[in-house]
Amino acid sequence: MANPSKNNIAYVRTTMLTEQAPPITAAGPVLWIRTNLFSGPFNTIATLVGLYCVYWLVGHIGPWFLYSVWNANSLAECREILNGVNAACFGVIKDRWHQLLFGFYPPEAYWRPTLAFVLMIVAMAPILFESVPRKVLWFSAIFPALAFWLLWGGTIWFSVVGMLGFGIGYAVYRALVKNMLLATIAAVLVPILFWLFLLGPISGALSEALPIGIRKIDSDEFGGFMISIIIGVTGIALSLPIGVLLALGRKSDLLLVKWICVGFIEFIRGVPLITLLFTASLLLNYFLPPGTNFDIVLRVVIMVTLFAAAYMAEVIRGGLAALPQGQYEAADALGLDYWKAHRLIIMPQALKISIPGIVNTFIGLFKDTTLVVFIGILDPIGLSNAIRADSNWNGIYWELFGFIALCFFIFCFSMSRYSQYLENKLKTDHR
Amino acid sequence: MKATLFVGTLAAAAAVAGMASAASHGASVLDQIKARGELNCGVSTGVNGFSAPDSAGEWQGFDVAVCRAVAAAVLGDPKKVKFVTTTGQTRFTALASGEIDMLARNTTWTFSRDVDLKFTFAGVNYYDGQGFMVNKALGVSSAKELDGATVCIQTGTTTELNLADYFKSNNMSYEPVPIETNAEAQQQYLAGACDVYTTDASGLAATRATFADPENHIVLPEIISKEPLGPLVAHGDDQWADIVRWTMNALVAAEEMGVTSANIEELSKGTNNPEMNRLLGTEGDLGAMFGLDAAWAKRAIMAGGNYGEIFATNIGESTPIGLARGLNSQWTQGGLMYAPPFR
Amino acid sequence: MATTSENQAGSFRLGMLIYDTRYRSMTIQVVFMFLFMAGAVWLIDNTITNLSALGKDFNFGFLDVRAGYDINQRLIEYTNDSSHGRAWAVGLLNTLLLALFSCVTATVIGVIAGVLRLSKNWIISQLMNLYVEMFRNVPVLLWIVIIFAVLTEATPAPNAFRGENPTASMLFFDTVAITNRGVYVPGPLFTQSLGAINLGVISVSINFLLISAVVIGSIYANIRLRRHASAVQEATGDRPVTWWKSLLILFAPLIAVLAALGFHLDYPTLQGFNFQGGSYMRNSFTAMWLALSVYTGAFIAENVRAGILAISKGQTEAAFALGLRPNRTMNLVILPQALRVIIPPLISQYLNITKNTSLGIAVGYMDMRSTLGGITLNQTGRELECMLLLMVTYLTASLIISGAMNVYNNSVKLKER
Repeated sequence: MANPSKNNIAYVRTTMLTEQAPPITAAGPVLWIRTNLFSGPFNTIATLVGLYCVYWLVGHIGPWFLYSVWNANSLAECREILNGVNAACFGVIKDRWHQLLFGFYPPEAYWRPTLAFVLMIVAMAPILFESVPRKVLWFSAIFPALAFWLLWGGTIWFSVVGMLGFGIGYAVYRALVKNMLLATIAAVLVPILFWLFLLGPISGALSEALPIGIRKIDSDEFGGFMISIIIGVTGIALSLPIGVLLALGRKSDLLLVKWICVGFIEFIRGVPLITLLFTASLLLNYFLPPGTNFDIVLRVVIMVTLFAAAYMAEVIRGGLAALPQGQYEAADALGLDYWKAHRLIIMPQALKISIPGIVNTFIGLFKDTTLVVFIGILDPIGLSNAIRADSNWNGIYWELFGFIALCFFIFCFSMSRYSQYLENKLKTDHR
Repeated sequence: MKATLFVGTLAAAAAVAGMASAASHGASVLDQIKARGELNCGVSTGVNGFSAPDSAGEWQGFDVAVCRAVAAAVLGDPKKVKFVTTTGQTRFTALASGEIDMLARNTTWTFSRDVDLKFTFAGVNYYDGQGFMVNKALGVSSAKELDGATVCIQTGTTTELNLADYFKSNNMSYEPVPIETNAEAQQQYLAGACDVYTTDASGLAATRATFADPENHIVLPEIISKEPLGPLVAHGDDQWADIVRWTMNALVAAEEMGVTSANIEELSKGTNNPEMNRLLGTEGDLGAMFGLDAAWAKRAIMAGGNYGEIFATNIGESTPIGLARGLNSQWTQGGLMYAPPFR
Repeated sequence: MATTSENQAGSFRLGMLIYDTRYRSMTIQVVFMFLFMAGAVWLIDNTITNLSALGKDFNFGFLDVRAGYDINQRLIEYTNDSSHGRAWAVGLLNTLLLALFSCVTATVIGVIAGVLRLSKNWIISQLMNLYVEMFRNVPVLLWIVIIFAVLTEATPAPNAFRGENPTASMLFFDTVAITNRGVYVPGPLFTQSLGAINLGVISVSINFLLISAVVIGSIYANIRLRRHASAVQEATGDRPVTWWKSLLILFAPLIAVLAALGFHLDYPTLQGFNFQGGSYMRNSFTAMWLALSVYTGAFIAENVRAGILAISKGQTEAAFALGLRPNRTMNLVILPQALRVIIPPLISQYLNITKNTSLGIAVGYMDMRSTLGGITLNQTGRELECMLLLMVTYLTASLIISGAMNVYNNSVKLKER
């Protein structure tokens, strides 16, 4: 028999047809549009409404941006240039840009907060990303003192000697490690005594012997986004250890400790931050020894730290609760005592799980720093009031708030993206 | 253990702070300022012409000038002032707690503030009164016609009480719209969200001056309250109160005697007017009586000029705010500015 | 070992307080208590010293003193002759009113946005994404001032309604006026009013009580009716037609009562400077309400989305297999289960709303923070007392809300046996 394919039977096709493109409605963008946008009457209506919303928004806000004026030194000048067109006057941002970022910080020292900010990112990198070499953690440890020196200025010895306190504490702990209880108490007490009585004289003597320092700048010259970041970051960093202790206290078997911790956490979480800020500005001076008077920024940081600590405690408690019971039992089985078990086994895992929550707490706290405007600190919103009190910019509104909102958005959005990335990563770890 | 640490830390923090201030505690305010090298002066967060930071971050204004004069008198340098921004709510606590040495912030001298809140008013640097501003289009020519109006007020001030009293005594009703800041109130007023904006007449003028169309707004003739505004200090240190009071008096007296920042150098070489000589420190030693040197008043005047000059540069008729001297003229001109003799 | 033998002998050494685990916790607690008390005493002592140094005392007598200022939005009777204590109550009620309204709308917005964010419709889900991210990442204070500014700038002033050719006009047959001072809607009036009962502190309108009682009674009767219908359905398989009975039960008594009281509407009209008559919702309230609702709504949307995603896909597939339509699947199968995941974070969102009402001062909303913690504090100079009262009130409100929500949470929680 001959090869059937050679047969010339008219109704049998011998070659494959070339593949036809699918109908235009069943593939490509059209299919996507059909399935995603117009799959039914309800969906069609929703799409049209959505499109109208987009059109409306762009139609109203677009021209405002499009015809905006950047080169003007006052609102009047802006209005003149615009000549009746309704558009933004971003000249105010250009004019007051440095003020919104740094407040009244001396212009020749702008490099200091900028450098501190860059270094802060470096210092946070090993905590936030695992791929960064662990050695950078040493830098993270000294960063607080460095940042303090950069921002407030003065002699460097204050920061150096201050950091030395931690070293002394550790040395005392190592020396007395035979007796755990004594070692712990001494490790806490000795540095405190050191800071109280030796820090001032030693740093004073050193700075006289070897004056290394930069210009001292008081915190009343701080303002703008700089102060938001300072309050937010310090609040979170300081609240972490307190939060850990509160979380442990809340889970503790010691009834008294437990109830005091619960009371503290619930109290702080039950009252608005603004009342705590008012406490910082109005009442803190009543609670401290007569004549005590310290900087309002420091007072705000203290209150914000207490506030964040309560939220942090809850986040960490969540992390502790998420740990399988077996981890505790394993630690007990190894014969570790309470502190060792927590330090070596429980906390490293619990904190890792808690990082997304901690980041979210930070975002919340960072946004809440805007409330300091009510106690007269010139954060971005406070500055916007001060700027509008100037005759040149009186009556300006949207541009300032839009700019501030945009800055907050960029900062918070990137943080929340990071926290989502982390959550996804942790999720795959567990499956 | 956990919270112990926290209490301990707090205690330690407080102790550190206590130590830091222990040296200064008990010392007079003057000594504290000298030791600090800086005057802490409370100002408002921003009122055009009275206190507002310019784009270089320098504080400018009528109230600010008082701070600078005191700093010049005490420390010899008008730049050595730390301006602490206070809101209507935080200002008194800041002063009572010693966070600020003096408050120069459009604060009305009232009995209860002086006696109950325990402050000493160092004098009056601006005689003001609460007024009303309306849009001309409303066709209102007197505050008596404001029955039923919506009134924007800045909250946290005496204006709220005055307003309530005024409308009550005139049997009128109104709808208060409390606003936190002047800038906000102005926006509400311009948008027509309130018919009337009420605050101190000087504030009204300052606000009106910044409008795009000031000619369309009028300040009604009624002044419904007395608002003597002046710097104040906390009770308890009379020497410090005297310094602030007499620095103000020096500014006023300088205007009366014709001492200006232009001719002060020349005049301080000595004149044949004994009181002027005492004021400028070329005769007698008034400054030593409250712990300052002889040239304290000279420096205070040089900081921003005499009272008249300060008024003219910050809020006077040549500025956009354009306030007339009115009650704030020298007593010789029919005003209330009257400095006791330097003797 | 020495310790053991001594223990057996029943003797007690001081060192055991530290080294014996049976006593150690006692020791720690006693030391802790001691330190805690010492700290508290230290704070109180400082406060007393400082107060006496300032010549101030600590008493709440100022609450009985005439307040002297006016409050624009008041749910109970208040004039400037009333006391500071009453101003506090007015503020508290305003706070609670705002919190209640915001919680309800935030939940509605949040659930809708959360569900729509998972929509297959690309434009809708992206729009919802934009909404959630925009509101979550910008401080609520900014949103409050921005929304207030929008309300002020985008709506006409009452003046625009005036004259021969007004540039603005009232809506819905001249019954509703939207101005930049607020929204004026027709208000209820009664020709045969029953007056009010004076309960000392507050006076309650009998009309209001009567109408509330009738409405609650009708709703209860309607629930009974539906239960009965369900019971019939269970027994026979046929559900009796109830809709007209429901309508009758729900509306007939109400209409009867309203007619008896001589109910009619009071329409707002432009008189003098403002609209007069009717009910009036101030822009400060609207701005706070909107801002808190959309801001918190964005957070709730995230919680709802997470809750829905937590329900296994099999549930949806099972529901589809039963022939339920997508929206019935969502309402009957997914959401009830997701609710268990959603409620705990929802509680904290409600608490956040309550606490964020304290930002009302930014737009001049006279909440408790603005009356007691604002004007009263300022006029009397009693920071300590005012802040204490303020904190205690907020704390109580928070505890009550979280308590009530926890009870609800426990009632919907999956009962594990």
